[in-house]
Amino acid sequence: MTTAEKYVAAAYAVVFLVVLAYVLIIATKLARLEREVAELAELAREQRAVEPERKAVAVG
Amino acid sequence: MTRAFRQQRLPILATAACALMGAAIVLIAYVAPIDADQGLSQKIFYFHVPVALTAYLLFGWGAWKALRVLWKRDEAADLESYVAIHQGVIYGVMTLVTGSIWAKISWGVWWAWSSNQLVLFLVLFLFYAAYFMLRYSVEPGPRRANLCAVYALFGVALIPVSFLAIRLANDFIHPTVFTSHGPQMSGRMFLAFCVAWAALVALAATLYHVELAGKRLDARLRELREVLAA
Repeated sequence: MTTAEKYVAAAYAVVFLVVLAYVLIIATKLARLEREVAELAELAREQRAVEPERKAVAVG
Repeated sequence: MTRAFRQQRLPILATAACALMGAAIVLIAYVAPIDADQGLSQKIFYFHVPVALTAYLLFGWGAWKALRVLWKRDEAADLESYVAIHQGVIYGVMTLVTGSIWAKISWGVWWAWSSNQLVLFLVLFLFYAAYFMLRYSVEPGPRRANLCAVYALFGVALIPVSFLAIRLANDFIHPTVFTSHGPQMSGRMFLAFCVAWAALVALAATLYHVELAGKRLDARLRELREVLAA
């Protein structure tokens, strides 16, 4: 590999690695959002389960 | 823009970015001739210049959205402006690093302070890097949106200065490829350049929409959490 080839490969690798790093960051963020959605769904289910009991007390 | 395109925008953009990127790599490697003056190292040009031009585009897009914040009181535009500037800074990093590598092989140095275009691009990059310090030092709300919008609009004035610096200052170190006589390269080189630029713009558009969708989702989840906690 000549010196020019090494520098050209390095320049292209920089672009590739920056984009890859960006995609990895986005993927991590997406995983966090997925976790949060699951937590919120669980919270909503719990609230829904408590809701009829509250209503029953109010009516009674 | 039709509703169907809006819904399918991200997959369309991602497909276009992949296809154009593949085509650009093939054109750069096999179609564009090796430069008689600089040799193989000139191939860096096909990514370095489009990355820099895309960074300008992203800063310009960020400024346009900032203008909408101030002019139309468009609240959503604040986030769009922020994401565009964030992308612009990422493209700015790529411009500086690929430029530095090209400088090392062409001029024998990693950086030349005597080149006005290089220094002005660095100033533009640092100006937009400081945007994040401003944004995260102010509480979210209309005040922050206004301050960030004004800052983004000031920054956009540096773009024509940076772009024209080489022409105005007779900079002999940094090459001038696009002059008033058109592109100073062969047809095949110009084709490779155009496809590479289209690929990088499509990639920027894809990443812009991905990041924007993530930020919007994050904000809506925070809102939902507050509603459920109340």
